[in-house]
Amino acid sequence: MTRWEAVIGLEIHVQLATQSKIFSAASTAFGAEPNTQACAVDLGLPGVLPVLNHEAVRMAVMFGLATDAAIAQRSIFARKNYFYPDLPKGYQISQYELPIVEGGQLEIALQDKGHKVIGITRAHLEEDAGKSLHEEFDDLTGVDLNRAGTPLIEIVSEPDMRSAKEAIAYMKKIHSIVRYLGISDGNMQEGSFRCDANVSVRQAGQETLGTRTETKNLNSFRFVERAIDFEIDRQIAVLEDGGEIVQETRLYDASKGITRPMRSKEHANDYRYFPDPDLLPVVIEPEMIEAIRQQLPELPSEKASRFCKQYGLDTHDAENLSISREVGEYFERTVQDTDAEAKQVANWIVGELTGALNQDNIDITESPVSSSMLACLLDRIEDGTISGKIAKDVFRLMWMGEGDADQIIESQGLTQITDGSEIEKLVDQVLQDNPAQVEQFRSGKDKVFGFFVGQVMKLSKGKANPKQVNSLLRQKLQ
Amino acid sequence: MDNLSVSQLAAGLNDGEFSSVELTRHFLQRIQSHTELNAFITQMDEHAIMQARRADKLIKERKHGPLTGIPLAHKDIFCMDGTKTSCGSRMLENFVAPYNATVVDKLEQAGCVVLGKTNMDEFAMGSSNENSYFGPVKNPWNTDHVPGGSSGGSAAAVAARLVPLATGTDTGGSIRQPAAFCGITGLKPTYGRVSRYGMIAYASSLDQAGPLAKSAYDCAYLMQAMAGFDERDSTCMDEPVPAYTQVLDLPLHDKVIGIPDEYFGEGLDSGVREVITQAIAWAEDQGCIIKPIRLPNTELAIPAYYVIATAECSSNLSRFDGIRYGHRCQDPEDLHDLYRRSRSEGFGMEVKRRIMVGTYALSKGYYDAYYLKAQQVRRLISADFEKAFQTVDFILGPTSPGPAFRIGEKTNDPVTMYLSDIYTISVNLAGVPAVSIPCGMCEGLPVGMQLIGDYLTEDKLLNFAHQYQLATDWHLQSPPRYSK
Repeated sequence: MTRWEAVIGLEIHVQLATQSKIFSAASTAFGAEPNTQACAVDLGLPGVLPVLNHEAVRMAVMFGLATDAAIAQRSIFARKNYFYPDLPKGYQISQYELPIVEGGQLEIALQDKGHKVIGITRAHLEEDAGKSLHEEFDDLTGVDLNRAGTPLIEIVSEPDMRSAKEAIAYMKKIHSIVRYLGISDGNMQEGSFRCDANVSVRQAGQETLGTRTETKNLNSFRFVERAIDFEIDRQIAVLEDGGEIVQETRLYDASKGITRPMRSKEHANDYRYFPDPDLLPVVIEPEMIEAIRQQLPELPSEKASRFCKQYGLDTHDAENLSISREVGEYFERTVQDTDAEAKQVANWIVGELTGALNQDNIDITESPVSSSMLACLLDRIEDGTISGKIAKDVFRLMWMGEGDADQIIESQGLTQITDGSEIEKLVDQVLQDNPAQVEQFRSGKDKVFGFFVGQVMKLSKGKANPKQVNSLLRQKLQ
Repeated sequence: MDNLSVSQLAAGLNDGEFSSVELTRHFLQRIQSHTELNAFITQMDEHAIMQARRADKLIKERKHGPLTGIPLAHKDIFCMDGTKTSCGSRMLENFVAPYNATVVDKLEQAGCVVLGKTNMDEFAMGSSNENSYFGPVKNPWNTDHVPGGSSGGSAAAVAARLVPLATGTDTGGSIRQPAAFCGITGLKPTYGRVSRYGMIAYASSLDQAGPLAKSAYDCAYLMQAMAGFDERDSTCMDEPVPAYTQVLDLPLHDKVIGIPDEYFGEGLDSGVREVITQAIAWAEDQGCIIKPIRLPNTELAIPAYYVIATAECSSNLSRFDGIRYGHRCQDPEDLHDLYRRSRSEGFGMEVKRRIMVGTYALSKGYYDAYYLKAQQVRRLISADFEKAFQTVDFILGPTSPGPAFRIGEKTNDPVTMYLSDIYTISVNLAGVPAVSIPCGMCEGLPVGMQLIGDYLTEDKLLNFAHQYQLATDWHLQSPPRYSK
C-alpha cells in the first residue's frame, strides 16, 4: 500500500484594528446598519481617490518584525481586477509584485512536544470587499459595503505543513501573534481572521509537489481542520482510484463537513494586476522600522522562554500560558497572589481552568473564576486546609458561582482532616475490613498499599490529609 | 462684455459698471441663444444666479477676490454636488454627484459663478468631441468642423464668447488641442499640480485639469485658483503655488527655445508650419535663442500612450457596472446579464474600444509585451525631455499637425484620429506642463502653438504666452458669427 504525505500552505486574512479604513476616513467598527459606514471612496463613486492610512502600514510592519521577516523599503499597491457586486470599484487594491513583508518564519509546537519552523512567504496589505447578502431579499441579492475598504494583511505561508494539526498550530500561532501585537481583534465569527487552505498530497519520499486545491474562506479553527482532513482523504481516494486532482478553488460546506468545487463564475482567472496609478509607492525608512521595533510588545515565544526561566516551568506549560496576552497575565497575577509554586499554578491554569473555559466556550477574560479566586484556592491546598482532590470539587463549585474557595469549604464542610487520632481510626477500620489484602501486603505485595490509601480516603470522603494517611498506614502495616 | 478680460470684468464689477447677476444673465443668455454649438450638457441658470447674488454681496462688502462674480463653465467631468455629472456618457446620463471635486470647491471659494457643465468626448476619450453621447460640439469658427477634444465644449464655449473662463482636463492633449482648434489659450499643468479628486478618471497617471480662456492672463487667474496641494489626491504635489499673474511681465530676453525636429516632420500641414515659423521668428526678435533639438522617442509616444491610457481606463471604468449608480439595463436575467447589457448600453463605441484594448494589454501573457514595454517607453520619453531641458527653457512647436478637421472626417479611422495628438501626447507621458497659444490662421481656422516647459514652470509658460499676446492679437479674434 502507498504511503501518502499531505502538503499544506495557508493564506490567512487578518483584518487590522485601525479606527478608519485603509483608503478612506470611514469607520471600521463591526455591526453597524448596512451601508452606513461607507463613504464616497468606499462606494467607488466616480472621481474619488484612495488615500493610504499609515496606521495600517505601521501594523503590517509590526507583523513583519514579529515574524523575523524583511520589511520592504519600497512596496507597491496594485489593482486586482474582477467584477463582483460587493467590490465597488471593480478592482481590489492589493499588493502583488512588491509586498510590504517578505520571508518571515515562526515556530510551532508539535503534538509530540517537538518543534517545527514554518516559513512565511509574504504578507501584503489590501482592502477587504463588502458583503453580499443572499437571505432576506427573496431572489435578489443585497450588498452591504460597510466592510469594503477595511484594511487586511494577507499572510501567505510556505507549503511547510504536513497535517491539519500542524496547520491549526500555525494558524493559532499567527492568531496569537496578531492579538499580542494588538493589530487585530482576531474575531473569527465577525470575519476578522479567516483562512484559505492550499492542500495537495504526494507519495511519501516524493520530491515534487502534487496538484493542489484551494479551499476558501474558512472562518474557524475547527472548519480549517475538518476541511483539510477532508481534502487530504478525498485527494488520496481520487489518486488511489487512478484519477487526477484538478487544480481548483473549493468551498467548505460546514453543514455536511465536505468541500466542493466553486462554480467557475464565482472566481475570475485573470486578475490583470497592475500598479495602482492613484497611489504612490509605500516608502518605509529604516529609522521608522527601528522605531516600530522598539515599540513591539513581548511576543509569545519571548514570554514562553521568560516563563521557563523566571518560574521554572517546562516548555509545554510555558507555551500554553503564552497563548495569549490575557492568559499570561492571568498566570502572573495568580502567582503573585498565592503561596503555591508557580508550577502548581501552571498546572491548574493549563488543566482545570482551560478545560472549563473550553467546555463553556468562553474567553479567559470572562472566566467566572478570577485569578485571585484561584490564588486563594491554591493557598488552601498549600496550607493543608483541603487536598488537591477536594480542591477540584471546590473549583467546580466556584465555576458555578457558589462563592469563593473559603466560602465553599466552609459551607460544604470540606476542611481536611488532620487530626491524627481521627485518621488513625479510619486506618484501623480499613485494615480491619480487609484482612486478605493485609495478608497480601505482608507477604510482599507492595502494590496493595495504594489500595489501602484509596479506601481510607474514600471512607473520609476525600477529606483525610493524604500525607498523614500514608505515614499512619506505613506504621500500622510494618 | 463678451470680449472683456478677467481683469476688465473684475474692474467692471468693482466699479459697479455691472453686477455679477447682470454679467451672469448676459452669458446665460448667450449660451441659450447658441445651442447650435452644443457646447453645454447642463445649463445651471438658477444656481448661477444664486452664486452671482452671493458674489455681488461680497463685492459690495469689499470681501472679494480677483475671480469673485466672474462666470465660468466646468467640463462635465468634474463632480459637482447636486448636479448632473455625465462625463459625456449615457452611463452617467442621470448621475447626480453627491460631492464636489476639489477644483469645483476651489473655484466656488474663489467666488466664480458656474453657468453650466460643458460637453466633452465620452469619459474624455477622443480628439474631436464626436464621441459624446450628447452629440458632437461644433467649432464656432466653422460649424462643419470639430472643436477638438476631449474638452471641446469648454473650448468652443470660450471661443464663441459664451463664457469667459472654462475648466478642462488633458490626458493626451484634451485641453491644448481644442484650445488650438478654437483659437483660445489652454494650459495643461504639471502632473500633480492640480488635484484630481472628483475629476472622473480616464487614465489616472496622465489626467490633469487645467484652465481654458481667451488669454494667458485669464488662464493665469484661473490657474491660480485651481492649483495647490490636496490631501485627498495622493499624487497631488505639495509644492507652493507661485503668483502666476505677478510674473507675466518678465522679459523673454536670452530664453533658449528648443525646436524639435520631430515636431516639424511629415504629416505637418504646410499652413500650420508657416504660422509656427512666424511665431519662432517673433521669439527670436525678442532676443530668445532658437536652438534645434531632438526628441528622438516622439514617434513611440502614441503607441505607448494607447497602451498605458487604455490599460488604466479598462480598470478605472470597471466601477460603472450598473450596481450602485449609473445606467442599468432593463430586467436583467442574472448578474452576468446585468453587467453585460448595462455596460454595452451605457458605453459608446470609442470607450468600448479602449476598454477592450486595455483589458487585452493587461492580460496574462501580454502584460510584459505591452504594459511593461509601454512603461519603459514612457521613461525614455521622460528622459528625452529631461535631456532637452538641460539646455533649453522652452520647447516650441505646433499643438496639432493641422487645423480643425471636418466633423465625420476621421471617425471611421481611429488610427488617423489618434495621430492628430502626436505633438501633445508625449507631454502627458512625461508629466511636464505645456500651453497652447493661438498664433495665426490657416484655411480660415485658428492655429495654436504649443510651448512646453520643465516641471512646475507654468509661471514661465504663462509669462511667454502673455508676452506673445501683448505683441499679437490672435487671441483677441473671435469667430465672426459669434461677435457682434
